[in-house]
Amino acid sequence: MLKYFLSLEWKSFLRSAAFKQNLAIKIILGFFAFIILLEFIGLGAGSYFILEEFIEDGKINAGNPFEVINKFLIFWFVVDLVFRYAMQKMPVANIKPLLYLPFTKGKIVKYALGKTVFSFFTLLPAMFFIPFSIVLLVKGYDVAGVISWHLAMLGITLSLNFLNIFINNKDVVFYPVAAIMGVFAITQYYGIFDITIYTQPVFEFFYNNAWSFVLPIGSAVFFGWYAYKYFKGQLYLDAGLKSKVKEAKTEDLSFLDRFGKISTYLKNDIKLIKRNKRARTTFIMGFLFVFYGFFFMNDIYEQINGMKIFAGLFCTGGFLFSFGGLVPSWDSSYYKLMMSQNIPYREFLLSKWWLMVICTAVSFLICTFYLYFGLDWWLAMVCGAIYNIGFNSSVVLWGGAYVKTPIDLTSNKKAFGDSKAFNAKTLLMLIPKLILPIVIYYAFGLTISESAGFIAIAVTGILGLLFRNKIFEIIEGLYKEEKYDTIAAYAQKN
Amino acid sequence: MISIQNLSKQYNGVSVLDIEHLEIPQGQAIGLVGNNGAGKTTLFSLLLDLIQANSGHIESNGVRVDKSEEWKPFTSAFVDESFLIGYLTPEEYFYFIGELRGLNKADVDAVMAKYMDFFNGEAIGQKKYLRDLSKGNQKKVGIVASLIGNPKVIILDEPFANLDPSTQIRLKNIIKDLANDPEVTVLVSSHDLIHVTEVAQRVVLLEKGKVVKDIVKTAGTFHELESYFKGISENYQEEE
Repeated sequence: MLKYFLSLEWKSFLRSAAFKQNLAIKIILGFFAFIILLEFIGLGAGSYFILEEFIEDGKINAGNPFEVINKFLIFWFVVDLVFRYAMQKMPVANIKPLLYLPFTKGKIVKYALGKTVFSFFTLLPAMFFIPFSIVLLVKGYDVAGVISWHLAMLGITLSLNFLNIFINNKDVVFYPVAAIMGVFAITQYYGIFDITIYTQPVFEFFYNNAWSFVLPIGSAVFFGWYAYKYFKGQLYLDAGLKSKVKEAKTEDLSFLDRFGKISTYLKNDIKLIKRNKRARTTFIMGFLFVFYGFFFMNDIYEQINGMKIFAGLFCTGGFLFSFGGLVPSWDSSYYKLMMSQNIPYREFLLSKWWLMVICTAVSFLICTFYLYFGLDWWLAMVCGAIYNIGFNSSVVLWGGAYVKTPIDLTSNKKAFGDSKAFNAKTLLMLIPKLILPIVIYYAFGLTISESAGFIAIAVTGILGLLFRNKIFEIIEGLYKEEKYDTIAAYAQKN
Repeated sequence: MISIQNLSKQYNGVSVLDIEHLEIPQGQAIGLVGNNGAGKTTLFSLLLDLIQANSGHIESNGVRVDKSEEWKPFTSAFVDESFLIGYLTPEEYFYFIGELRGLNKADVDAVMAKYMDFFNGEAIGQKKYLRDLSKGNQKKVGIVASLIGNPKVIILDEPFANLDPSTQIRLKNIIKDLANDPEVTVLVSSHDLIHVTEVAQRVVLLEKGKVVKDIVKTAGTFHELESYFKGISENYQEEE
């Protein structure tokens, strides 16, 4: 019977949409997956030596690398859980057709749970922990201790795997916990409060007491057993296998009517964002880019204004890039309607444009807090916002003409990047979006003055705004040209 | 109203539609029948400019549908669930379509009230999004939406499929009313020969992309169609 399950699994893998791309993309994807695995193995094998060097240089204040790893393990597992929660789906999708076949329910559940154990999310930690444990052994750590520690890590990883299965879709529990852990990470970073003081001994405990691995392994067994029970009870079409139905809420958006004809579409787009998981995630992620500037706030970048421009583009344009980059795919599930209803292309595009402009303006207002870090920062935000509104908003729509990936609005699965959304043409669009403004800045910044560089970017943005209608004519033509291909692509189900 | 000239469509070299000439005068209700793969949905998709023809063209009210968007204001359709916006409630969906067709809220409410019995107390006022409705109720919403804004050309692909018996009867009455309106041209496809012969004034039979019968409906039309399809099935058995 396992034979059938495995062959089903193999077919669903080979015939998945991700595999039906052209060869070049397949090779690139495979290459990246391979690289990631290699990186984790390298990290596992190399981190001991890297940390050792840091300790000798006095960059990290610790007795030995093992201590450092134990110190930060808590965050490793938090990230592990967050990723699982966001990306690992409860493996129920393929179960329905099995229900009425002569399998016992227990077998089906074991199969589904077994699938999660051997998933990418469990494989990846193994790629780190196995080489790291080997290095520990080579370095002369106590054999029994290392084995116990390693089994404990395996136990915790598996516990998280099973835990994720029944906390799935309990946002009320999950987000507060994730937020609290985020706060811990920040306070840790700024040295205000150090949670690792309490968690580090726990992980060291597994090494110091060779018997103690039974605790996490026991918890994995318990959670596994509980997940099995829970899952088995849910194995009915109207219980766990049912897609959740939320009560529909209607809101009054008539205040948008002042936008005239475009308001019809704007109202729809707001509902799109509010009521669909995928769109909501993208929307929130887009605004989180407001904090992107912090990545550039260290000594290395402080003096490089080009980096500030880069930050300015991202901080104010997060929504524009993440949401706008996938227009018109947001409407993919009802694209035929949009194409046959009384909707001129121009209006459809204009409404998306307005949405991006409004969100960029809001992002910019939030970005006012960068004033605190210096006028330079804020000016970079101003330039970024003007360039995004004037120029990038049109460029993003331009690139959209070549976006042909249908979006499943109700699933978050691909929210963190969709390989099919990348093709040569959309990548080329990055040049005017991100690289051009930096070139402009340096062209004027180095020859005349820094302020001239800032002004030049803003002027480019304003020029884009002035010629918007001309640009839109071109874009409209492109959308019409690509129309049939786009409709055909959206009709394909994943 | 609708004029089809030398229209052909091929996929990978296989012809799926090949219509030399077909003229549909304004006000006529046409029933389209044919087995799976006969080209019914292909023809509708071409009418709505959702796919490109390999040759020939369609004119709707003097507008070439592949050249201009001018046909959109007077045309409406319900082909499949990709015409529904899943995250809207039925009411919101009607208002959206209404706004696109220049109607205000009150106008749309009037349309909804008119078709209240068609919904039979379901779909409307249920606090459910379209994606959570049953297939049958989704279909009802799609059909009523295609009637909003007094369109002059209405295209319905398999409107009877998935509907319960009472709704089928109500839908037949709705289509008959539209057929009697000299302004409105209706195109309906169906696998149910009884339904088609009941509502349509003219029946076009497609087979492998070609028009094999084009008959003005009379009392004998149903039997003519039935014996044709019976013949196909028997021929197939003999060949085997």
